[in-house]
Amino acid sequence: MLTIANKTFTSRLFTGTGKFPTYQSMQDALEASGSELVTVALRRVDVKDKDDDMLAHLSHSRINLLPNTSGVRTAKEAVFAAQLAREALGTNWVKLEIHPDPRYLMPDPIETLSATEALVKEGFVVLPYIHADPVLCKRLEDAGASAVMPLGSPIGSNNGLRTLDFLKIIIEQSNVPVVVDAGLGVPSHAAQAMEIGADAVLVNTAIAVAQNPVEMGKAFKMAVEAGRMAFECGQGTVSEQANASSPLTEFLSYE
Amino acid sequence: MNDFRDLLSQYPPEKVHQALAHVTPARVEQALAKKERDLEDFLALVSPAAAPYLEGMAQKSRQLTLQRFGNNMQLFAPLYLSNECQNICTYCGFSLDNKIPRKTLSDKEIMKEVEVLKGMGFEHILIVTGEANRTVGVDYLEHAIQLIKPHFANVSMEVQPLDQDEYERLIRSGLHSVLVYQETYYRETYKIHHPKGKKSNFDYRLETPDRLGKAGIHKVGIGALIGLEDWRVDSFYTAMHLRYLEKKYWQTKYAISFPRLRPFSGGQEPKVAMNDKELVQLICAYRLLDPDVELSLSTRETEHFRNHVIKLGITSMSAGSKTNPGGYAAGKESLEQFEISDERSPEKIAGLLKSQGYQPVWKDWDPALQNTFR
Repeated sequence: MLTIANKTFTSRLFTGTGKFPTYQSMQDALEASGSELVTVALRRVDVKDKDDDMLAHLSHSRINLLPNTSGVRTAKEAVFAAQLAREALGTNWVKLEIHPDPRYLMPDPIETLSATEALVKEGFVVLPYIHADPVLCKRLEDAGASAVMPLGSPIGSNNGLRTLDFLKIIIEQSNVPVVVDAGLGVPSHAAQAMEIGADAVLVNTAIAVAQNPVEMGKAFKMAVEAGRMAFECGQGTVSEQANASSPLTEFLSYE
Repeated sequence: MNDFRDLLSQYPPEKVHQALAHVTPARVEQALAKKERDLEDFLALVSPAAAPYLEGMAQKSRQLTLQRFGNNMQLFAPLYLSNECQNICTYCGFSLDNKIPRKTLSDKEIMKEVEVLKGMGFEHILIVTGEANRTVGVDYLEHAIQLIKPHFANVSMEVQPLDQDEYERLIRSGLHSVLVYQETYYRETYKIHHPKGKKSNFDYRLETPDRLGKAGIHKVGIGALIGLEDWRVDSFYTAMHLRYLEKKYWQTKYAISFPRLRPFSGGQEPKVAMNDKELVQLICAYRLLDPDVELSLSTRETEHFRNHVIKLGITSMSAGSKTNPGGYAAGKESLEQFEISDERSPEKIAGLLKSQGYQPVWKDWDPALQNTFR
């Protein structure tokens, strides 16, 4: 069981809602994935419309909505967007995304830290999307972030864990859940993140643009479970050489 | 960093033309095989030598577009506020010397248009005017944006180039993006097509995206009008402009359009014709150069072409467009800027997208994300 800010999750696979060909395929894929936390871009939903198509397809009792602030460039805009999302969607959870760079959507560490401080003061459960920067993760934890969401590689790139070395440090040091977000392209990437001890992963593009999003959602579900199971089992250490026999010390066994 | 005027002067059209003629099939294959491509690769991909590789380009373009944008197509509609214009442009229906009735919408008329567009489902609106600073200057535009903004998620603008402080004013009123096409990057040809009016100042127009970048705009749309000059050369300049802007104004998002000259009342025949195959080649080349840039297609193109090109790299399209002021509420009159080709309703276009496995996206922005009180 994973706990973030007093909410427990059975599934450690978080999902996104962008890029699906239809809302129905989104709904089916998310159901197959077993995901209980689903990000929704404020820019895509009509918060004034109670019957918004996307929200209607996410009304499953298992699913918790995680509004994101994708599109903002500053802390000030992020705070404003989070307040609006809280009011409109009835949740104080927010995935904080501040990326002034519209091409690679690289998160701004300075604005993110400042917005986290402000939002925590206002009672938000803040899950910031950030670069895989160990020091920033500690600073965000100190500021009251409920989890940290470092990237595996650039959003939508499907490149996997290019930041592996830094993710390991973040996981080792963190006192809040670490959710590897962005860049996971195939189930084995998700399994790898879970094997190194990530608490959860967030996947969107890889499921949404798959030939069969439903089956891919299921595949990621299984990979996350397998990766977590392996982590919990305690893996054998990796060695550069075979340890099958001990030619130099074998004589001792005769004692 | 050099400004774009200097950069452009380093690549005279003859030089680009010559480089295009010298591209070999091997060079095209090399550009196609790369994971990331530069301007030289773009040049190879728009060259005549790349024509036999069209299917391969289309496959890659589709794949990249799906990865970056998913099965989504952004829909928008133009809202023509005025056809008054002080410029003479040899290819445009609004040209000063074109004796058509002139009209600028009043508040009441704008709201009538807004109502119809809302009814069609649009959330992204592009306001368009001619260049007539006395009637549709920055005061009129600011007022119009303030009037329209509460009813839509996103307001863009395609009007005369403005000064940086004027853009700042409009951004504060809620303007999200500005489209400004250079028409042609050939300095000499530009002069011939724009003999009179403020628009005849090539450099002021060329530097408009710079002023927008400095003003902190969210998105800039650029492009060349296809038909005035060699489209391969003009597209190379457009790609060069894109790369320059992306590096310099890195917080701004970019979009590219590739309007082909359309018939209009009193118009002239295009100097250079571009066939459908060539337009597909160009769309794919832009996508292969830049997987993230928005590529936009208007209703200038035919139904047949639009039906098939959806899957090749386009990420936004207009639908149900009227290009005359008051056109949505009042119906067709002879005040159009150009004739549209695809006259299908937005509902039909949405249905077409769905039938091709695409999600029509009406809203992809929220005013809450743009804190205008900065």
